[in-house]
Amino acid sequence: MMEPDTLVMAFVGLMALAVLVYTLLDGYDLGVGMLLPAGDDPEVAEQRDTMIASIGPFWDANETWLVLAVGLLLIAFPDAYNLILRELYLPATLMLTGLILRGVSFDFRAKVAPARKRLWDYLFQFGSGLAAFMQGYMLGHYVVGLDSSPLNEAFAILSGCCVMAAYGYIGGAWLVMKTEGTLQRRAARWARYCGVLTGLGVLAVCIVNPLVNPGVYARWFSLPGAILVLQIPVLSLLLFVINHQALARIPFPDDHSCWLPFACAAGIFFLCFQALGYSFYPYAIPGRMTFMEAASAPESLRFILVGAVAVVPVILGYTAFSYRVFWGKARELRYY
Amino acid sequence: MIDTLMLSRMQFGLNISFHILFPMITIALCWFLLYFKIRYLSSGDEVWQRAYRFWVKVFALSFALGVVSGITMSFQFGTNWPGYMATVGNIAGPLLGYEVLTAFFLEATFLGVMLFGTGRVSPGLHTLATAMVALGTTVSAFWILSLNSWMHTPAGYNMTADGALPTDWFAVVFNPSLPYRLGHTLLASGLTAAFLIAGLSAYRLLHGDTKHAPRLALRTALFAAAVLAPLQVLMGDLHGLNTLEHQPQKVAAMEGLWETRTHAPLLLFAWPDEETRENRLEVAIPALASVILKHSPAGEVQGLNDFPGNHPPVAPVFFGFRLMVGMGVLMLAVAWFGSLRLLRQRELPAWVLRTLIGMTFAGWVASLAGWYVTEIGRQPWLVWGLLKTREAVTDVPLGSVATSFTLYAVLYAGLLASYVHVLFRMARQAVDVEEYDAADVVLEANNTRLSGRKA
Repeated sequence: MMEPDTLVMAFVGLMALAVLVYTLLDGYDLGVGMLLPAGDDPEVAEQRDTMIASIGPFWDANETWLVLAVGLLLIAFPDAYNLILRELYLPATLMLTGLILRGVSFDFRAKVAPARKRLWDYLFQFGSGLAAFMQGYMLGHYVVGLDSSPLNEAFAILSGCCVMAAYGYIGGAWLVMKTEGTLQRRAARWARYCGVLTGLGVLAVCIVNPLVNPGVYARWFSLPGAILVLQIPVLSLLLFVINHQALARIPFPDDHSCWLPFACAAGIFFLCFQALGYSFYPYAIPGRMTFMEAASAPESLRFILVGAVAVVPVILGYTAFSYRVFWGKARELRYY
Repeated sequence: MIDTLMLSRMQFGLNISFHILFPMITIALCWFLLYFKIRYLSSGDEVWQRAYRFWVKVFALSFALGVVSGITMSFQFGTNWPGYMATVGNIAGPLLGYEVLTAFFLEATFLGVMLFGTGRVSPGLHTLATAMVALGTTVSAFWILSLNSWMHTPAGYNMTADGALPTDWFAVVFNPSLPYRLGHTLLASGLTAAFLIAGLSAYRLLHGDTKHAPRLALRTALFAAAVLAPLQVLMGDLHGLNTLEHQPQKVAAMEGLWETRTHAPLLLFAWPDEETRENRLEVAIPALASVILKHSPAGEVQGLNDFPGNHPPVAPVFFGFRLMVGMGVLMLAVAWFGSLRLLRQRELPAWVLRTLIGMTFAGWVASLAGWYVTEIGRQPWLVWGLLKTREAVTDVPLGSVATSFTLYAVLYAGLLASYVHVLFRMARQAVDVEEYDAADVVLEANNTRLSGRKA
């Protein structure tokens, strides 16, 4: 039998995994959605088709990680779940609207009359952008403890833009990996722009965050933690510079290492996520509620943990299988 | 009166009504697809593959709508019903968690392989992917209906100051109404998918489709409906008896029975008036309700007046029940008549095809009506005997809920109209598009390009 605090730790770990995997996976497909180029000539229309084909087999499973993350929050930390969703009622609603538009556009655009297809492309792009922005906006409100002063509101908007740029970054990197030719070169250019914006955004958040959160300030700038923490921006900067150089050289000879930009972007996501975790653990809601305070009854946690331990490896296994099936450059999608 | 409670209820009702339309199709449609697929693999007859190819596109669209509207549901508990998780979170949380872990990932991951994997995996593996998606949708139905049933017939818990704590998970999961509710819902899904397949196939035939695939799909669907419809009558009866045992006031509302009595009549029509607590314009069959519910005309059935202040609003439950049963009887009659005609003459006359087109979404009407009967019939409780709906509602300002409600309503209306429009458009296109041999399709351009130029 596990002790209650070990149990809570296990769920914090599981939820962190779910959130991180979600931002990586839905991050790239929302990013691809935002990057859809405008234009009516057939070449651009075909680029849009290829871009969407590159995420078609995956988006549904990617989005399931959001359901898992929210599900774990609801199961393990119901008080935090209730408080967050009450305070963020409208942004959550708008994010869901965005996800709905994005999700249905995949199918509608392929099945409506050709004249209507462009409309669904716009909805696809709009939905992707709205969902990404609202996720960042909610994150911004969350890190300042769900307190909405004008300053915090501005911070949340900044955070929303930052997440949009970051998703565009990883989405562009995904396209570099999954496409070729003109589209691949365009994607590398998009990724470079988004990368710079992401970098500036992360920098701004890093400056503002310790200023508005005294607790974060203390954690970041006191020894011995500071030495550990300092590695995060150093590594991030390194990855960012490597990637910026690499993206400028796309396409590589024989397209070798086309996965490199995606790996760098994923690494930066991982580091930023770590920094967030380091800043706020053990708070489920920064400054207001710890994970221990928000946790459900141990009976319930045990029951679901047994299932999670058994099933999550299987999920990771068949997710890997699905990615292997669709390995390589994106091809036209056919239903059979 | 419009307040946060009323609007939250309307919003939840809107969300879940919109959501459930699509699982009702996809749960059973996927098993139909698996059947087409297996028939193709075992016989090598390409007509099965053509049937599969048309219906898998309908499946993909329906599935996408189900997924995105389902995500909304997982947020609703927190945004609008915080008291729900606060009181029964220790029960509801794990059940929802198991649904995500055992079902959502399974169906979502294999869906990619099922829709786009031909040519990349072997036919056997592709069939397996189809089977995994079918299994995932059904397992998902199991978990969510387990939770829903628990809200009607809670079991295996202890009520403490911190809310309901689980004591016996087996009793929680397999609570008393689960078998009936699960059976009733799965059969309803079968009928919904069967009438959708029959309706759209009939539409193709009436628009001059001379190909074999829609005829085969129509036959399969009608025969399936002819088997499922009587089973549903039986299951519905068992479900009703289970409800009578656990929620007698819901049955009283369904029957429009105010006073407890023997020889309770079955009302074909009436106008229940909650002000005067009596029915107007009754058309009744004497003693039949007693016979159905107690298997004897002298059986005593409890009336609504035995439950002052603790019974659901009568009219919606009463009319919802009649609509559901009426649709069920109609589906049974049409399925049997059509099947007999098909067995004798192999082709259906135009008027039967037209009837089938009219009944394309008959399963939706019956399912929603039945859903309203059981859910409104649970009021004023959110969790039977444990938590009242009004105790669970959020304190979010009215304006916010009004905004979100409007947003959802507009969005869902647009999506529903687009969905129905696109289904019939796909059917019309399929009339003209020559269905190539399976081997040719890889070479020719007769595929569902994402560009949408072909059907």
